[in-house]
Parts: sequence; structure tokens; C-alpha cells
Amino acid sequence: MRKEKNAPKGLLISPIENGTVIDHITAGEALNVLRIIGITGTTQESISVATNVESGKIGFKDIVKIKNRELRKEEVDKIALIAPRASINIIRNYKVWDKKGVEIPSEVIGIVRCPNPGCISNTNEPIHSCFLVQPKGLRCVYCDWLISKDITSHII
Amino acid sequence: MRHIISIRDLDRAEIDGILDHAQALQGQEYNSQALKGKLLGLLFFEPSTRTRMSFASAIARLGGQSISMDSVEASSMVKGETLADTIRVVSGYVDAIVLRHPKEGAARLASEFAQVPVINAGDGAGQHPSQTLLDLYTIRQSMPLEGVTVGLLGDLRYGRTAHSLAHALSLYRATLHTISPKGLELPSGLAGELRDTGTEVIEHDDVQEVVRDLDVLYVTRIQRERFPDSASYFKVASSYRVTPELLTGVRDHLVVLHPLPRVNEIDPRVDHLPYARYFEQSANGIPVRMAMLLRVMA
Repeated sequence: MRKEKNAPKGLLISPIENGTVIDHITAGEALNVLRIIGITGTTQESISVATNVESGKIGFKDIVKIKNRELRKEEVDKIALIAPRASINIIRNYKVWDKKGVEIPSEVIGIVRCPNPGCISNTNEPIHSCFLVQPKGLRCVYCDWLISKDITSHII
Repeated sequence: MRHIISIRDLDRAEIDGILDHAQALQGQEYNSQALKGKLLGLLFFEPSTRTRMSFASAIARLGGQSISMDSVEASSMVKGETLADTIRVVSGYVDAIVLRHPKEGAARLASEFAQVPVINAGDGAGQHPSQTLLDLYTIRQSMPLEGVTVGLLGDLRYGRTAHSLAHALSLYRATLHTISPKGLELPSGLAGELRDTGTEVIEHDDVQEVVRDLDVLYVTRIQRERFPDSASYFKVASSYRVTPELLTGVRDHLVVLHPLPRVNEIDPRVDHLPYARYFEQSANGIPVRMAMLLRVMA
């Protein structure tokens, strides 16, 4: 098929030589994924983000590419809360060197803020929030509050 | 190291063990020097009469001693010290800590920083396991806990004693009838959780509908501050008042309980009826708290 004469050249996101690609993120959650793994505008990594990309597997998806940083499994498992079907690809020399899914951890520490204003975790005490992952949602280990929906809005 | 933070941390066998031990302490001669030389720290960041005094009484009866803060105003809390630091410091002074604090989860936090066992004596709207244990103990004095039919009356939304008791009763396949003013119903999450365990939870608007079917009527205080004005408070409070007239035709073995202090929820005329057990319930705080202290300190 002949290419459109005026079509812009280049890819939506260019391949990376080394680093991590997080694929099959639930559409619209890419920025929250970055928040959860602690990558903000002030960190050094070079990052590409694509949102609402068509995917044969899940309809629409988001993709995040992080150059020159290989994320560890325990770092990325935390995103399973909001992107349970995500896959993590470690890239070395433009090739997928390792690929794995994410597993929901048994507890999440310091990622979600307890919505209960009376909870001790919302004070100046030297602790991180801590939730047990249960079938019905996230349960605060301090005050027993259950977050059963809209976990994203409670991410710190 | 054993802490007692939440009734949820205890399974049925552990609860039965504490209640059996309390019964043994109440019924027989016991070793009044079992905790000789042990020192209990009473850290109460909120007012309390019964809980504080009954823990002090319980340790004294076992040969130990207690020390306590004079008041929150006199503590380092007003200087901005965190609870975590207070707990670390007090851990060095005593052999166990009894904590009451306005924030939910405070006792759990304390257990993370303490070098000694922590007993939760109430954390905000959260847990108060010693109250739940003495509630169960008082019911068990009159009837088996297994399959008991209990009416929970009053503020079931904010009443922590009702929440903990409901959870504990679910371990005994109890049937729960809830009777509360609009807006003060048992939180739907908790009701759902109880139903998931197979517990039958039936809601009522009027206590008259159900009072004759109950083995236990557990009354909690309806707090005035939950209402926009005094008139609406008095209107609701009066319709949830337990009177001798309400108790006509109830089961002979009915037990009326209240964690106290009561305000207007129970007519003083009920005190003279055989159903009234709330003062015994309060006194039961001693053997139950003795059993708890022995569990963590002996």
C-alpha cells in the first residue's frame, strides 16, 4: 500500500534501547501507574506515555516506556491494584530480555491514603499507610476501613 | 509478645479461653500475687472512668501496680510529641501498656513501637476489645453464646461497642436484630460483612416489633451531638427508651445490657427488673480484664 505523501514520519512512541516497558495498562491509568511507582516530573528518567492505544487484547490500553531504568518486580507489583493485566517488559539492546505479568501483593504500604479522617495514619505519626489486599477491597490495618471502590482516587 | 488490639485478631477458641479464665478467676481462689512486681502503664488520652479504674483494680488484685498520666494537658502530647515516641518512652518504664486514644488505629500503631504488650482500651470510633469480652462474658453467665438472638438498639453507626460485639457474635452463629434511628444504622459494609459470615442481620425501625423474640437486648447511647437540635434528639431518644412497659411479655431469660454510661436510654425503673444486668456487666470488667492482663503479662 502506498504511503500518504504528507503523513508524518516516526512512531507514536519510539523503541527504547534499554529500560522498562509497561504494556497493557488499563486505559487512562498510565499517569497513576507512574505515581504509584514513584516517577514524577522531578525524577531523572526519560519517559514516554501513550494512552488509549488500540489493543487487540484489551480493547484500549496505555503504555509507559522508561528509558535506562529496569524496574524490579516488587516495584511494579504495586500497580496491579489499578492495572491488573499489565505486563512488564525489561528491554536490553532493543530486545525484550524479560517479560512478566503483575501480581497483586498481599499488602500495600505507603501508596494509598486512608479515607477515614479519624485514622491514626492520617496524622504526623512516623508511619506509612498500610492496607491488606482482600477480596472485597483494601482494608486499613490501623482503623479497619475498607476501600471497596475507586482505589485510584485514594492514591497518595 | 502478645498484644490485644482488636476483637478481630481473636478467634473463637481464644475468646472462649479468655472467658473461661475470667470465670475461673471470679469463681475460685486465685493467685493474688500472679503479677507481683509487674507494673502496668495506663495511658488514657481521652476521659474514662470505668475502663481506667477497672484495669487499675485488675492489676492490683493480681499483686501488680499501675502508673498513669495525670492528664493529657500535662503530657508531652501538648508539646507535639508523637504517640510513637510516647509509646517508646513509656515502654521503658512499665511491663505492659493500656492505651485509650481518640484516633482510630492508635493501639495498632502503639503495638508496632512498643517493647512491651499493648492492650487497646478504646481507639476513637474503632475497637474496644475488653468491652466486647466483658459483654460476651455477661451474656454467657445467663445462656450459651452459640445461636443467641441479640437485639442491638441505639446508635449503631458510631457505636464502637456494638460493632465489635456484632463481629464477635458472628463467631457464635448469633442472630442479630438491629434497631436504630434513621441515619444511625449499622454501616452497610459491616452488615454485609456479617452476612458474608452466615450471620442473619435483620433491621427494624421499632424495638416493639422484635423485643419479645430476643435473648439479649444490647442498648447503646444515642449521642446528642449527632442531631441538629435538642428537639429532634429528644424525639428520637424517647422513642428508643427502654421502659418496664416495653419489656412486658419478653422472654423470661432476657438480659438487658448497656456499656454505660447511660443517659436516658434505660428508665431507672428497669434497674429493679430481673432482666437488668448492666451493673453486673460493668463489674464483670474486673475478672475479664484480669484474664486479659494475665494473658499478656504472665
